[in-house]
Amino acid sequence: MRAYAAPGGALLEAEGLSLERGGRQLFSGIDLQVGPGELVQIEGANGAGKTSLLRILAGLSRYGYSGRVSRHAPQLFLGHHSAVKGLLSPRENLAWHIAGEAEFSAGEIDQALAAVGLYGYEDVPSHALSAGQHRRVNLARLYLSRAPLWLLDEPFTAIDRSGVAELEAHLALHLAAGGSVLLTSHQLVAVPYPLLRLDLATGLLQ
Amino acid sequence: MRAASSAAFCARLLRRQLVLGLRRPVEIGNPLLFFAMVIALFPLGLGPAPDTLAAFAPGILWIVALLSNLLTSEGVFRGDFEDGSLEQLLLAPQPLYFSVLAYVLAQWLLTGFLLGLLSPLFALMLGLEPAAIPALAGSLLLGTAVLSLVGGIGAALTVGLRRGGMLISLLILPFYMPVLIFGSGAVQAALAGAPAAPYLAILGAMLCMAVALAPLAIAAGLRISADT
Repeated sequence: MRAYAAPGGALLEAEGLSLERGGRQLFSGIDLQVGPGELVQIEGANGAGKTSLLRILAGLSRYGYSGRVSRHAPQLFLGHHSAVKGLLSPRENLAWHIAGEAEFSAGEIDQALAAVGLYGYEDVPSHALSAGQHRRVNLARLYLSRAPLWLLDEPFTAIDRSGVAELEAHLALHLAAGGSVLLTSHQLVAVPYPLLRLDLATGLLQ
Repeated sequence: MRAASSAAFCARLLRRQLVLGLRRPVEIGNPLLFFAMVIALFPLGLGPAPDTLAAFAPGILWIVALLSNLLTSEGVFRGDFEDGSLEQLLLAPQPLYFSVLAYVLAQWLLTGFLLGLLSPLFALMLGLEPAAIPALAGSLLLGTAVLSLVGGIGAALTVGLRRGGMLISLLILPFYMPVLIFGSGAVQAALAGAPAAPYLAILGAMLCMAVALAPLAIAAGLRISADT
């Protein structure tokens, strides 16, 4: 089990985030502090701005919003798109991953792929995998990463029921080790861990 | 998280891009085939007289090289934008400047570099004097590298647009002109018996400037394009 060097305070802080898109106020006055070991689910209807908020927090959206975001730890961001190249095998996808994390040994990668149920698929071209398996290749990054701050956009999409349970257990491990997780999901999140909910409509964290 | 060092990350990116390119050999072959086809059109349009063709050859070869580069540079970042790799690259802790340079280097190796190597063959098809062939290959190798870097700027700016193909031509063709002037100038000088080195030196200077500045513009363009 990994443990993260305890940083002084919050891993991620946001103050007074507001976003307007196409003349519509998506959210306003979002204040957020995510400390070590905290799990936050961003809630809202379709089009409420969950993904937009996550992209702002990750630093992908840099213009068009007001407020302040500061990250105090390396992050891992999983977006809507899996960033898995069809022409590369799952092993190559992880070994040469474009997010610039450390070099992983072949053993670590095989272990991560086995953990997401892709044992035996390490060297199959990814375009031969199903949509759910594609997502799983991407999720294998959660088993490799040493970044304490995870921003996950709909991580459970296209994952089967047992996969969801395994992922939830893994999230709980990460949180117990002092990492923090921010996620959006339409599903009921059953991570065995205290869950904070951020309601985009009201801006309340509870 | 122990991030990979910048040099190691660039090497990894370069390898990734080259493997991706080599697994789709059609994409590498197409620009070369395009080059050969257009070269084959000129004798049909201008008439097959060897003298006329040889006189036009430097300009023809350079213009076709430029167009074939234009065709390929549009796609440098497209696939990565569509499958989400680009946002991961933007979030990588390594400086984007060097990552982008690795991308363009990979693209150049698979297009301009190959074209430069094969250009003597195409030159012979047009009856170019053999004495001018070293100048042609040298100017193409240097010049296409500049074209790839400049084309990368256009590609980065238009990657978020559904149909950026025409726009990218309008954006970057003006910046291709100096390269065309000095590139075909080098070949013409060699044909006239004058030294081609000054022209190549100017192309080299352009390349230095492009290496220094284009990645900044590409990086900024990618950040803007990904900010949707």
